[in-house]
Amino acid sequence: MVGTKTKSKTGQIIAHAILMLGTISVVFPFVWMILTSFKPLSEIYEFSVFPKHWTLDNFKFLLERTYFVRWFGNSVILAVIVTISELFFNSLIAYALAKMKFPGRNLIFILILSTLMVPTEMLVIPWYKLASQFGWIDTYWGIIFPGLMSGFGVFLLRQFMLGIPNDLIDAARIDGMSEFGIFWRVVLPQVKNALSALAVLVFLGNWNAYLWPVIAINSDKLRTLPVGISLFSAADDGQQWTLIMAASTLAVIPVIIVFFIFQRRIIEGISITGMK
Amino acid sequence: MFKRKWAIWMALIALIGTLLLSGCSSKNSSGEDGDGQVTIRYWQYDYASRVNAMNELIKKFEAENPDIKVIHETFPYEQYQQKVAAAMQDKKNQPEIINMYMGWEPKFIDQGFLQPIPDELMTAEEIESHFVPMIKDYQFDGKYYALPIAVRTLAFFWNKDLFAEAGLDPEKPPQTWDEVLAVAKQLTKYDASGTLQQSGYGWNVTGQDYHLFMQVLLRQWGGQPFSDDNRKVTMNSEAGYEAFKWWMEMNTVHKVGKEDFLGTYDKAFLAGKTAMITDGSFRLGGLKDATFNWGVTELPTKTIGGEKHTFGSFFANGITANVSGKKLEASIRFLKFLISDDTMRFWLENVGEIPASNTLANDPALQNDPKYGAFIRGLSYAHATFFADEAGERDAFKLGTDEVVINGADYKAALDQIVESIQQIRDEYFSNH
Amino acid sequence: MEKKPFWTLQRKQAAVAYLFLLIPLIFFLAIRIYPALDAFKTSFQVKGSQPFYYHYQAMLSDKVFSKALINTILYVVITVPLQMLIGLGLALLIQSLNKGRGIYRFIYFIPYVTSAVAVSWIWRWMYFKDLGVFNEILKFFGIPAQPFLTHPSQALISIAAVIIWQAVGFNMLIFLAGLEAIPKLYYEASAIDGANRRRTFFHITLPLLNPTIVFLAVTGVINSLQTFTQVLNMAGAQGGPLNSTKSLVVYIYNKAFLNFNMPYGAAMTVVLFLLILMITIIQIKFLSRSYEHS
Repeated sequence: MVGTKTKSKTGQIIAHAILMLGTISVVFPFVWMILTSFKPLSEIYEFSVFPKHWTLDNFKFLLERTYFVRWFGNSVILAVIVTISELFFNSLIAYALAKMKFPGRNLIFILILSTLMVPTEMLVIPWYKLASQFGWIDTYWGIIFPGLMSGFGVFLLRQFMLGIPNDLIDAARIDGMSEFGIFWRVVLPQVKNALSALAVLVFLGNWNAYLWPVIAINSDKLRTLPVGISLFSAADDGQQWTLIMAASTLAVIPVIIVFFIFQRRIIEGISITGMK
Repeated sequence: MFKRKWAIWMALIALIGTLLLSGCSSKNSSGEDGDGQVTIRYWQYDYASRVNAMNELIKKFEAENPDIKVIHETFPYEQYQQKVAAAMQDKKNQPEIINMYMGWEPKFIDQGFLQPIPDELMTAEEIESHFVPMIKDYQFDGKYYALPIAVRTLAFFWNKDLFAEAGLDPEKPPQTWDEVLAVAKQLTKYDASGTLQQSGYGWNVTGQDYHLFMQVLLRQWGGQPFSDDNRKVTMNSEAGYEAFKWWMEMNTVHKVGKEDFLGTYDKAFLAGKTAMITDGSFRLGGLKDATFNWGVTELPTKTIGGEKHTFGSFFANGITANVSGKKLEASIRFLKFLISDDTMRFWLENVGEIPASNTLANDPALQNDPKYGAFIRGLSYAHATFFADEAGERDAFKLGTDEVVINGADYKAALDQIVESIQQIRDEYFSNH
Repeated sequence: MEKKPFWTLQRKQAAVAYLFLLIPLIFFLAIRIYPALDAFKTSFQVKGSQPFYYHYQAMLSDKVFSKALINTILYVVITVPLQMLIGLGLALLIQSLNKGRGIYRFIYFIPYVTSAVAVSWIWRWMYFKDLGVFNEILKFFGIPAQPFLTHPSQALISIAAVIIWQAVGFNMLIFLAGLEAIPKLYYEASAIDGANRRRTFFHITLPLLNPTIVFLAVTGVINSLQTFTQVLNMAGAQGGPLNSTKSLVVYIYNKAFLNFNMPYGAAMTVVLFLLILMITIIQIKFLSRSYEHS
């Protein structure tokens, strides 16, 4: 059951049975969200699973009467940029922390880790002050600058890099490779799976980011998807649930695409040769 | 190697892209343009009909005032307060006029976000004679800081189909609270296992019944929620205990309704599962899609012909603290336009919120309007609650009612606890005023 | 004798390391550390004759604060171990399959991907005391309806269940990556040695998964101590009923942004930060094993 494929058929059947059972509970809300996008507003109060009258009105409304497409585009661009930035910088930092020796290494690690320990809710006002000083409010840069690197990504990659045998690296050093070269050519390929997992998680985190984008954006055209979707929930006037679900359904598509792009790499084994 | 080169290019493109895009901002600078045009910003929370109406109004205003440009920005309701709080930290991007819930005024004023309504726009006396009585509940040392276009009041909704089904006259809603209780008992259904299937009266704390208790029941029973200067909480008078007990017993003893039935009281009503609710004029929009026949009338009284009371609330427009000079002039002109009777009529027709001015409130045509009539008639006896800390006071109230509903606490003790908590909040607020 | 050159290999490496870390450190200092310190400073803002530690003192006698603290610890203790165990179990199960890995990987990741709004709406619906899915099922078996979110005794656990439900996919994903990072050579070697599955698991897999476990445990705890969104969506900013679901960050958010009492919120943030820091350091010390394999 561990890392090697079970040959026995019973083992396979049991595994499938367990997984299928769990599937129902896991998939149900997701399916319900999709189904609700096809319901007219009057049915939202009926608490049924399937729509009685299937309608495309919600999607039509989103695409024609709101800036949904723009929000979508903004979210895609920003999420991609941040993901690339995080992948690059986090891995560079992680490499230094995992495989290079220098005084203060542990201190810096704890320092970076500690940045995860203050809830972003409290950082939002200082960020706003900073951003407005530089005129970054209501710009793309203003939305993404807090997320270019993160202690989370550094931590993940450091852990995975720790698992790379030092012999490999020492050999490269002896061969005269530069540290950056070792980082780029030796270490990064070894952590492809962690990088892929991180890519998915960072993309997703950015895709769903809400609090800071709300504060950093003033104009409707610059809004990201979560901010745009929250416009449909207003005060006493009530929430337009069918619109929210339709928007959430469409919003999930790019994440699924990203997931499928990377999911193979996450689990692809790495053949390491030259190991003791 | 190919993959790595590709990765390097992607990274470079990303970095360059970022630098380029940082220039991609929406140019919304609130400055004076060279030709003497003044630009001001108006902020409100985003709700489709309001946004559209405001856009129309702005077009009209700009046509009549070509030297002023109004930029209209809106934000999701949940984050609106934080957005204002953040924006006030930054002198550059501040809005000139903000729309806010009346309950936020004390906080905003304390934080230094607002300036008093300038006399050139309207003096305090003019405000008090122009607007409906509930505006007087939100003054600070005799000064006003925000003016509404529209207000809301509470009225009584009932589901005519459910009435007819039970053999009651669907055109005769209950007139007194005792009648409400009697009808509610008839219209409440539980199934064999004790699950509530239909609620007679949509009792709740997190919705409007909180206000119903404080400004309607309490007063009709002979008490009042706060002292006239709002400093003292007076809910736990003898009349108060009685009103509280009567109201809570709808839930705990008669079981005609409860919090959390089908999510919230309004959803349950809209789903046709609750027969009667107390709700505001803002519910009318959602009822357009109702799949049943419903009616709305003024709130019941304690006895036939007894005192009428209702709760009123409003979103109002204020000028932010740092506005001066030409922008202040422009803001005054825009505000004047917003609170005119013409604007209010437009707002009523397009947004469905009832007007805030006395002239319109006393207009017989409006008072007899089939949809809005009950709400507009309520304007003359509506009270707006002065909240020292809106969220905190509501929390304190819910904690008390939860103690009764969940832990079976004694009514008097619970109400005393509520009063104590709210008194603390008010003492803190007024110690600085 | 040759004089030792200044730029020894060690020093060169250190210099390059600092170079790599220069921009990142500036970033973290400017974007995370300085703003945090700014927020911390706010906690000392007092009015009139109050001592500078006024808000900290207030915290000690604040019953709601202690409740929020206890709730938060409960969230951590309930959700982190369970989400890791289930995540690991799923990863192992999925890995053992001959066919269909990709589908299950996707399926179990779906909760993590579904929007928070949709998740909270449907779970709240399923938890309804009257006419909710769970209670309808219980009714079928003759079990009385449960209050779930409406009673202090069940509300927190109900929310914890949703948190676990969402986090399991994330844990599974990381464990899958971790499992695949274990070179097949080890398994082949242990098979040759005649080790059975249990031994292989406990002596090879688990130790080699250590860095992954440390990562998931530490980040799991750090995130759990800051539980916020799910409580806000399922129980509202009051963290009810009767404060039974209120976590520390929810309380901080309440005080700072809804009551506009920033200094008190900041003071609680400081305390929370120190708590997280302390627990994390202890965790890393106790969980990390040397990763040099023989």
